[in-house]
Amino acid sequence: MSFFSNFFKSSESSSDIAKNRLKVAITSDRAVCSPEIMEKMKNEIIQVISKYVDIDVEGLDIKVKQMELDDHSGPVNAVYANIPIKGSKNFRKSGV
Amino acid sequence: MGEVIVITSGKGGVGKTTTTANVGTGLAMLGKKVVLIDTDIGLRNLDVVMGLENRIVYNLVDVVENNCRITQALIKDKRYPNLYLLPSAQTKDKTAVSPEQMKKLADELREEFDYILMDCPAGIEQGFKNAIAGADRALVVTTPEVSAVRDADRIIGLLEANEIHHTHLIVNRLRVDMVKSKNMMSSDDVVEILAVDLIGVVPDDENIVISTNNGEPLVGSECLAGQAYMNICNRLLGQEVPFLELDANKGFFQKIASIFKK
Repeated sequence: MSFFSNFFKSSESSSDIAKNRLKVAITSDRAVCSPEIMEKMKNEIIQVISKYVDIDVEGLDIKVKQMELDDHSGPVNAVYANIPIKGSKNFRKSGV
Repeated sequence: MGEVIVITSGKGGVGKTTTTANVGTGLAMLGKKVVLIDTDIGLRNLDVVMGLENRIVYNLVDVVENNCRITQALIKDKRYPNLYLLPSAQTKDKTAVSPEQMKKLADELREEFDYILMDCPAGIEQGFKNAIAGADRALVVTTPEVSAVRDADRIIGLLEANEIHHTHLIVNRLRVDMVKSKNMMSSDDVVEILAVDLIGVVPDDENIVISTNNGEPLVGSECLAGQAYMNICNRLLGQEVPFLELDANKGFFQKIASIFKK
């Protein structure tokens, strides 16, 4: 029995596969914020960044999504923010 | 003052009703005064699992709508005089009862009983909200499968959001042979993922099917599932009980095989 199962078995057992898949699925379930909280977070991020640079509020995009890290340790959940800056003149402020 | 415990899972078919029947019966065997409430309106089942389906006159909705007194709707168990069932209604739907009404009912029953067990329906909608409304603590039932564990995690989050912080986990239908061959997650794996305290591990046991067929909970019997349920009851009462050696009754050939494996 064990001879045959070893013969056909891939390197990872199905219980390990289940466990790893669940960990990723559950962390991503837990990371999903309600639309209200996302909106609140977005507004606060706008407030903070606007202190230093002039940003394009219309083009701003914030979401929680799965990303691969450079070290190939598997997918992680991250807050992804794409915040376009309008002009460059206000960069001077940050240099003070 | 009695304690209200909700038995819940998120996913259907993992053994909530069987757990409610066995834990409730076990607590009654240990001398506690217990009432089981089937909150699954429209899909009642706790009555058949308990073998009390022929004695129903009034139900949960009748009580809440004041068509009868609570004592009229309570069905006394066949074997234990300190065990009662409040059956669910079969002809109404989940909106027939509100969380506020359930909380009021639980608080009234607290005066009379040591333990009030709420058998929760599957899902996270109104039926779930009704079942957890008056609860002091929760038993979350899961099986070692990805879908059941994921749903259990959602449920644990929702319980916390509803201020129920006293939550314990029951891993049901564990198959020791499959865990050994690494084709099923162990109870330790499940606990690691869900990060809640474990209160019981119930092995997959064909005696459960037989006991449900007969309408007689098997808690307290010699079989492994019967022992596992009784251990859960003792742990609920605050005793330290070691977890069962589920591998104890493996077959003759497996025993021989395990000798050679070493």
